[in-house]
Amino acid sequence: MQPDSRPFEVAVLVSVGRHPLTGRARRADHDARGLELALGLGRHLDRLQVRAVHAGRHDSGNDTALRGYLGMGLAELTLVEQPDGADVIPALATVLTRSPPQLVVTGSRAECGEGSGLVPYALAERLGWPLVNGVVEVESIDNGVATLLQALPRGQRRRLAVRLPAILSVDGAAPAARQSAFGPAQRGELAPLQEAGVIDEAFAEWTFSPARRRPKRLKIIKATSARERFKAAAAKAEGGGGQVLSNVTSEQGAEAVYKLLEEEGVLR
Amino acid sequence: MTDDVMTGIARRDPRKEWIARNRLHPEHDRVLAELGKGSAAAIEWMGPHGVIRKNPHTAGFIGPSGLKRIDRSGLQQGGAPSVAVRARQESRRRIDIASPAFLVAVVPEMGGGRLSHHDRDLLGLARQLADADPDRPGAVLAVLFGGYKGEGEGEPKERALGEAGIDRLLHLTSDEYEGFAPEARLAALAAAERELAPRHWLLPDSPLGGADLGRRLAMRLEERPATGVWQLEADATCTLGWRCTARGAAGSLDIQRPLPRVALVLAECAEPVSDTLHAAEELTLNVELPANLTRIEDLGQVAVDPAAISLGEAEFILSAGNGVTDWEGFHHAAQCLGATEGASRVAVDNGFMPRDRQVGATGTWVTARVYVAVGISGAIQHLQGIQSCEKVVAINSDPGCDMIKRADLAVIGDANEVLAALVDLVESRRPQAKRGESRDAA
Ligand SMILES: Cc1cc2nc3c(=O)[nH]c(=O)nc-3n(C[C@H](O)[C@H](O)[C@H](O)COP(=O)(O)OP(=O)(O)OC[C@H]3O[C@@H](n4cnc5c(N)ncnc54)[C@H](O)[C@@H]3O)c2cc1C
Repeated sequence: MQPDSRPFEVAVLVSVGRHPLTGRARRADHDARGLELALGLGRHLDRLQVRAVHAGRHDSGNDTALRGYLGMGLAELTLVEQPDGADVIPALATVLTRSPPQLVVTGSRAECGEGSGLVPYALAERLGWPLVNGVVEVESIDNGVATLLQALPRGQRRRLAVRLPAILSVDGAAPAARQSAFGPAQRGELAPLQEAGVIDEAFAEWTFSPARRRPKRLKIIKATSARERFKAAAAKAEGGGGQVLSNVTSEQGAEAVYKLLEEEGVLR
Repeated sequence: MTDDVMTGIARRDPRKEWIARNRLHPEHDRVLAELGKGSAAAIEWMGPHGVIRKNPHTAGFIGPSGLKRIDRSGLQQGGAPSVAVRARQESRRRIDIASPAFLVAVVPEMGGGRLSHHDRDLLGLARQLADADPDRPGAVLAVLFGGYKGEGEGEPKERALGEAGIDRLLHLTSDEYEGFAPEARLAALAAAERELAPRHWLLPDSPLGGADLGRRLAMRLEERPATGVWQLEADATCTLGWRCTARGAAGSLDIQRPLPRVALVLAECAEPVSDTLHAAEELTLNVELPANLTRIEDLGQVAVDPAAISLGEAEFILSAGNGVTDWEGFHHAAQCLGATEGASRVAVDNGFMPRDRQVGATGTWVTARVYVAVGISGAIQHLQGIQSCEKVVAINSDPGCDMIKRADLAVIGDANEVLAALVDLVESRRPQAKRGESRDAA
């Protein structure tokens, strides 16, 4: 275990989100879930220190959004000051290498800007740390190894063990974040940290437009005769070529079903 | 009309032709058979002007309602529809790209060991990139991890993959790629990059497949990937000759940008390949892949209570209909198989199952990979709800019902007995240790 003199340090990277309907700045949903996950680590550790880090500019437009994180029970939030249009990855990497935490928690993607979800991957590559995506729970931290639960599609979970230091990214499958309390949010402190900004030039060259609705896929019917076209248009759902077992005992039937289930790998 | 064997000149017999046209003639059937060269009753023969004549009275069959039906698609003569299926496959144009100008690498997600719809769309897009210049065609290289499972009775791998549009195949089946192994997979992709240097890398932007691996790959190749790409258009001013439209900012923005080397692509980005057949020729990497020091260890899937998974999300559903009478047995079977429970409307209306378990038009549209319908007749409202299921198993006592037509495997028999037999089978086959564990959990 860690020597008791040094607390277990977790850095949570937080961004400014955007409400999907009103478009107002808010704490980003995935990032808030990440902070919730980090704050919950207190269950496993005697001494836990959670540090929230935001890289960007602080202005009146995003003040409430950033204070939203403070309202979850933090005394301060590190603000790595960056000019508008800067690539935040170099600055974050510098800050994290200067005082490396044991764990970095991020959301899976931002709610504005490019929102490509690359930040954790870029940091993992730069720092050379392992990365686990879609984390829903940290089960234990022991001897520099964290045991995690990762979300799979269809509500499934997978258990992973990862060597620390590591980066965890969190998406919508993780437990919802607690409410942000107004008083602590106002009392909390935004601690600025100057860092040279690298302007993201490629980003400036792209064109942006509100998302267009994607065209609905049409069913393309490749038929050579009118009859086939008619049949395709009026088709009822049909499997065609399914195997039918009649006049079998229920044991034989069950055997066949069992074989299919096993082939599909759904039996556990 | 008879062929003169000696001279090869077609000789006509006007009288026989006349009889063949007059179906009331007493010798009509015999003459027709003669003209049709031996088939019991000729359906087609060459007329006096060299035009094919058909006799509609001998064609066709008596339909279920007692009316005569003629199937003009030509299927009926062939006997089985499988002929039509085969003909369709044979009609695919075979394409071999011997010396491709460049490679388009695709890493399909291969959920359940076979190509998903998303993968097929992605391969369609890869073909667009590869075939853009007919004089200098590129080849589509697919990198597959893990075992491949064929459709049904083991369709050959090359055939199935070739039909999806794959020219070259790199199939890595070692154990180290199983489960969550991003480091090993990334090392393999990096080796492929060094050796084959594809011009494009395309991955599906899907949680299980490429979303994670693709971002790792891009960072390793020091490329800035385009994520959530859903449209491509040729644009000569861009480096790679293509411009893409990608979703950004949690799906609320469209970003137009030059296509980078690595692209993560959404489903339905292109039409899947449907009329060509490619070679799917297997490649191997020359370099020995270095043994990886893995810092992430996969400890396996965790048992999740299937009843806690929402019906729309469940992967394996056991669904009950009006044919189920032994409800205790049904619930026990679902628990034993580890399946999420579903129901038809009748089972719900009769109060045997809760409303949120109803599958169908007025219930939930399910997306299960395996759907087992027990005693469900397959009303259209129910079938609508299971449209996107991959494998459907029906257990029903009525061999004529619609569910059987939809099912990939149908067992005709009493639902309750078959379920009980299935439970016995699963319990007897399950490894001893696991059985103890599940009893603890229960
Ligand atoms: C507007 C509207 C919306 C609807 N929406 C839905 C919907 O969302 N979902 C839905 O499911 N239905 C819906 N329905 C109802 C639908 O039309 C059918 O009535 C219903 O799906 C039939 O349910 P079932 O197959 O369980 O019952 P049945 O049609 O009674 O079928 C029972 C089946 O069990 C078999 N069987 C009987 N005994 C046994 C045995 N011992 N062993 C094996 N098999 C046996 C029978 O052969 C039969 O095939 C809707 C109807 C309407 C009008």
